[in-house]
Amino acid sequence: MSAAAASDGTRRARETGPEAVAGDAAKLPSPNVHGPVARRHLLVVLPHPDDESFAAGGTIAMHADAGVPVTYLCGTHGDMGRNMGTPFFAHRESLRDVREAELRAACRILGCAPRLMGLRDKTVEFEDPDVLAARIAGEIRSAGADLVITFHPGRAVHPDHDAMGEATVRAVRSLSEAERPTVWTVAVGDREALDAELGPPDVVVDVRAFGARKLDALRAHASQTTALFARMEEEGDDAEALRAQMERAGTVEAFRTWAA
Amino acid sequence: MDEIDPERLQRALDARAERELHLHLETTTGTYSAMGPDRVPACIAFARNVRVRYLRGAVRGTGPYRVGLKTDGGWVYGDGLTHATETDDGALLMAGYDERGRLRMAFQLSERPFREGAA
Repeated sequence: MSAAAASDGTRRARETGPEAVAGDAAKLPSPNVHGPVARRHLLVVLPHPDDESFAAGGTIAMHADAGVPVTYLCGTHGDMGRNMGTPFFAHRESLRDVREAELRAACRILGCAPRLMGLRDKTVEFEDPDVLAARIAGEIRSAGADLVITFHPGRAVHPDHDAMGEATVRAVRSLSEAERPTVWTVAVGDREALDAELGPPDVVVDVRAFGARKLDALRAHASQTTALFARMEEEGDDAEALRAQMERAGTVEAFRTWAA
Repeated sequence: MDEIDPERLQRALDARAERELHLHLETTTGTYSAMGPDRVPACIAFARNVRVRYLRGAVRGTGPYRVGLKTDGGWVYGDGLTHATETDDGALLMAGYDERGRLRMAFQLSERPFREGAA
């Protein structure tokens, strides 16, 4: 589940969610716009079905369209989420299969191949980090990934996000220099605070051509996003902020290159 | 899931008394609760596939409902249950949903372990 999907209020809509990771192309001093140049394989490593669409849906679609194989290594089935559809159609035991099917549909839209690790939602931070890192390192090796996207360790709000990011950078560190991919991280939270602390994102991807597909992929995660899209249609400041946030999410995606 | 029919739920609880069961008990505010307009800190707990055997189980209230299971030496308790269903493989799933259809509580009993892991 994403912060945006959980968002109820204007404050949250302003401070978190896709806009917080996307930045605003117009405001960036010198947008460092990356295309899918000469990549062997893009591996996206995040914990929940829908994280891929919120955090990097445009970037995934861009690479896929350019012929770069893209794999989404998804840590959990999102099986401990509380959103069960609006109106609800799932329960605790059926949510796992519901979300896996939604993930497969979203990945078809974006053009990536899903691989599910089968961890339990909410428990990633309690797993042995070395075991997790070894599994992720194996995936990087077997895919021959030269670009990895994951959450920024310690700056991704949700404990599963932070733990997945941490395990991923640990995996990358364990690889030989020849095997080591570039890592782009996704930070979540107040954009100005993140920029002040981490410096502005050094990778800004113009995803305008893929914005519609990103939204379609988000819609495919219906159990988690139907309420979000319904709120966008409402009147008032909250809906206004949400619409602005989603518009930015369809414009740019911003990452920070992790120094391994 | 169906809205709880207390008589039907009582029969389902009676049928499972004095049997070796697996329990999934959970309450959740959602992980992002603290980021909500009311900034309520997250309050989430779950226990999954805990072995339990109860002597007596009862549903009480007028909805949302309470369920209590008296075990040999202790209790399992839940308040806020709105829906229930029995699955094809014999599990009894009880749940509390809020007015927007979000899960607040899950209280589940099954002879077979609840699904876990990559399979």
